[in-house]
Amino acid sequence: MNAVGFLNYWFVVVLMMIGFYILIAQGNLVKKIIGLNIFQTSVFILYISMGKIEGATAPILNSNWSVYSNPLPHVLILTAIVVGVATSALGLSLVVRIHEAYGSVEEDQINEMDRSV
Amino acid sequence: MLAVAALLVVRLKNLFTVAMVTGIYSLLSAAFFTLLDAVDVAFTEAAVGAGVSTVLMLGTLSLVGHQQKEHKTVQLVPLVIVTITGLLLMYGILDIPPFGESDNPIHHHETTVHYLEESGHETGMPNVVTSVLASYRGYDTMGETTVIFTAMVGVLLLMSGRKGKGSDCGEGDRNGR
Amino acid sequence: MEDNVILRVATKILTPYILLFALYVQFHGDYGPGGGFQAGVIFASGFVLYTLIYGLETARLVLPLRVASLCGALGVLIYAGVGIATMILGGEFLDYDYLNSHDAEHGQHLGILLVELGVLTTVFGVMVVIFYSFAGRREAK
Repeated sequence: MNAVGFLNYWFVVVLMMIGFYILIAQGNLVKKIIGLNIFQTSVFILYISMGKIEGATAPILNSNWSVYSNPLPHVLILTAIVVGVATSALGLSLVVRIHEAYGSVEEDQINEMDRSV
Repeated sequence: MLAVAALLVVRLKNLFTVAMVTGIYSLLSAAFFTLLDAVDVAFTEAAVGAGVSTVLMLGTLSLVGHQQKEHKTVQLVPLVIVTITGLLLMYGILDIPPFGESDNPIHHHETTVHYLEESGHETGMPNVVTSVLASYRGYDTMGETTVIFTAMVGVLLLMSGRKGKGSDCGEGDRNGR
Repeated sequence: MEDNVILRVATKILTPYILLFALYVQFHGDYGPGGGFQAGVIFASGFVLYTLIYGLETARLVLPLRVASLCGALGVLIYAGVGIATMILGGEFLDYDYLNSHDAEHGQHLGILLVELGVLTTVFGVMVVIFYSFAGRREAK
């Protein structure tokens, strides 16, 4: 059992759970989207740390090095980062429109306004 | 450090500070990516996460107001859900091969071996990530470009005009821009 | 922020270097870290800086919203156009070997260059459009 190897991944799980908690527990809509961002970034750290090799270098071919870290997770995560920013931009513009329609971005106030109509 | 930044986001009430701390979180994770030999990913995360995302959040906060309302401090049900999910994930992680070993099965799959060995003389460029992204997996990159184009279309549909009372004001403003 | 002399002068000096650095990142994506996405975001951030200092109306005179959204669409068109061109030249969709009839490696190089150009244009256009939309809404209070 290599405990030090697991410690890295457990720390990433802790970060993921903090982001998840912000997403479901906070009432402010902007903070929910920030929590989603934190969640996404910690998932990226998980994938990238699975592709690392000790003593290797970045996957740029060089005659001085023979072992490279795995490039496949890098490619996946590049796409994921860009998709994440697209999601955040759309989410934030929805928050702006909700604010103009309801006058507030607190989840409980919006639900109350919906119920009272 | 990353955990400190994430916990600050939970506790702080002034949202401008929260946006700044999110930028710090993105920058720290970009540094972490550099340590993990993922230089392209670190570059993109620093540019996109600490740059564009922070600017968009600050723009939103200037439109919707930047103080979060107080409510009951700790909610039990989300905390229980988060703890259970975290424990399940930690239990699942026990199956992962150890960190950084060069004989992990992920590094010996034929696709990875082919990309690292053949990419040099099939595409002629040293950066393996760019050659995989643009040539071997070019179809996925086209899909990603389409996704971000869709985000532009969505934002234009939602927010193109000046703030009005409803959709009819939006139509007139879009023509008279 | 227009009456702050330091910010105005610094922006005027910095903006061409930011745009040049974006082009450097784009074309050196083959030899080091970089590529279309990073270059598109850095290019857009030059325009964002200009908009923050000089105001949205001045920035819209430099780069109108229509041109930016046209750029966003043009990049996807370039990307798909490269794929259609390879199909016309006899190969499959996005098979860059057929772009150069003599040397497959040169064809790959040309294909990757064009494709990254498409990505740069799209990302630049999208980031500028999104920033203009957020900045163009009237303030809440």
